[in-house]
Amino acid sequence: MSMKKFVLVMGAALLMAGCGSAVKLDSTPVEDRSTGAAVTDTSATAKGGVVPVDAGKSQQGAIPAVSRLVYFDYDSYVIKPEFQSLVETHAGFIKSDKGRKVVIEGHTDERGGREYNLALGQKRAEAVRRALGLLGVADSQLEAVSFGKEKPAVQGGDETAWSQNRRAEISYR
Amino acid sequence: MIKRYVCCLLAGLLSWPALAQFRVEVSGVGLTQLPIAFAPFRGDEASPQKIGAIVQADLERSGQFRLIEVAASPLDENARPDLFPWRQKGADSLVTGSVTRLADGRFDVRFRLWDVVRGKDIGREGHVVVKGDLRLAAHRIADFIYKTLTGDRGIFSTRIAYVTKSAQRYDLWVADADGENSQSALTSPESIISPAWSPNGTHLAYVSFESRKPVVYVHEVATGKRRLIANFRGSNSAPAWSPDGKTLAVTLSLSREGGSQLFTIDIAGNGEPRRLTQSSSIDTEPVYSPDGKHIYFVSDRGGSPQIYRMPAAGGAPERVTFTGIYNISPALSQDGRWIAYISRVNGEFRLHVMELATGSTTPITETSADESPSFAPNSRLLVYATKHQGREALMTTTLDGKIKARLAGQVGDIREPDWGPFQNPDN
Repeated sequence: MSMKKFVLVMGAALLMAGCGSAVKLDSTPVEDRSTGAAVTDTSATAKGGVVPVDAGKSQQGAIPAVSRLVYFDYDSYVIKPEFQSLVETHAGFIKSDKGRKVVIEGHTDERGGREYNLALGQKRAEAVRRALGLLGVADSQLEAVSFGKEKPAVQGGDETAWSQNRRAEISYR
Repeated sequence: MIKRYVCCLLAGLLSWPALAQFRVEVSGVGLTQLPIAFAPFRGDEASPQKIGAIVQADLERSGQFRLIEVAASPLDENARPDLFPWRQKGADSLVTGSVTRLADGRFDVRFRLWDVVRGKDIGREGHVVVKGDLRLAAHRIADFIYKTLTGDRGIFSTRIAYVTKSAQRYDLWVADADGENSQSALTSPESIISPAWSPNGTHLAYVSFESRKPVVYVHEVATGKRRLIANFRGSNSAPAWSPDGKTLAVTLSLSREGGSQLFTIDIAGNGEPRRLTQSSSIDTEPVYSPDGKHIYFVSDRGGSPQIYRMPAAGGAPERVTFTGIYNISPALSQDGRWIAYISRVNGEFRLHVMELATGSTTPITETSADESPSFAPNSRLLVYATKHQGREALMTTTLDGKIKARLAGQVGDIREPDWGPFQNPDN
């Protein structure tokens, strides 16, 4: 990811985190889609730029104002060094409330079989879970699950879309 | 490429106009195809389902028959036709028949099969069915003809399951083997993958994401009753039935160290999973051999995903695929001879078939995003998912790849096919 894109992503994340403390963004993939639209123009679903919001839950204000997304290389489940500080920020936050439950959702790009991608996404989710564990987060607070290629953040059949779909999302429940 | 195109074009021009809707692609020369002719069935014009066209499409899709077009007047099952002109046109067999609406609203569908070469009547059957079963009656006629002329059981009256995606809606469908007559078994706002028919064809196991993580259900198709069979910590996926229908092999990540590992669950038991594989790598996509003695599965223990085989109760795995660096989604034929799988070749995902006894492997397609192969229960056809003009579509193919047909019946994205078992003991 280029520095410009990185700044845009962080900007979008900060912007959304600042949208108000009374609302919770619905599922994380919905948030993602808008992030993708901010970075590129490849999303077919983001025309008009409306971000749907679920007002049903209300913890968003408390969640750290940093990205909850860790991106991976193709066929890889190694956490790259640039995501270490992000993981550390979340580890500190999760540890601060032992009652907090976090699900780490692994995702892949669209290439290959659904089941194998599900297993690959599981590896990505578990890489983040293990990293959080090494930073002292209790295992009972964490669950690693996978969506495989079923919930792409961005639609599209090129590397721009794929690179944003190969991810693990730290999802506060 | 040009030659192929012309070949397809010719096949298209020569085929019966009524068959255009079934989109059968003939992409090779089938030397062993049986030439068969149909006289129009008496009463078929007025029938809500065109019996003759459905039977012909079934037979053509099987790859074992070549339809001989002859302009003729209707001939019913009682006619004693002069077979000489049919012989002159090159037909070895002739089908005649009738569709009659009965006073109670049901339909009486009858046919007779003639051996044109020997001038003999070689079989007849009748089915009295309600309107909704007219297609089934046609599929049973195709099964009869197929069995009589090839010696193998036909698969036309079997069912397939598949998933469609449209906007934010997913449906799991049960349809006839030609993709038509589909009925929704499940609708969900989240993805559904990996449907798997129970060996007796009454239940489907599948992976649903409706609870924001993958869990495995077993679902009785006739009643809609379903049971959560695997909902453990982490991901639950890749259900596969043992041939006796008592055990489900699944991929779980519940172990302390995580990872995707193979387990079995006794369906009638207490639901406790028993671990089959002990590796730090990905082990997934289990499938039982037809004799129940082995489980084939995908593992990246050698550094890249390959297909392995181990005893069904667990034990030392042996590698099955050696060519290529990405081989996934194994499917086994009921006769135990063939394994179909998806292989990534130069970045393209293509259906391959391997003869297990020899290891001889054949690429079946020239498409680039094939997925989820599944054998017809007579081991003569495969159904698989692919991309066709940018949309997800289902195709059937003969095991040599020469005769392919795109399954009709649905618009939009269609995926995750699984071919069900024979419905009757001797259909």
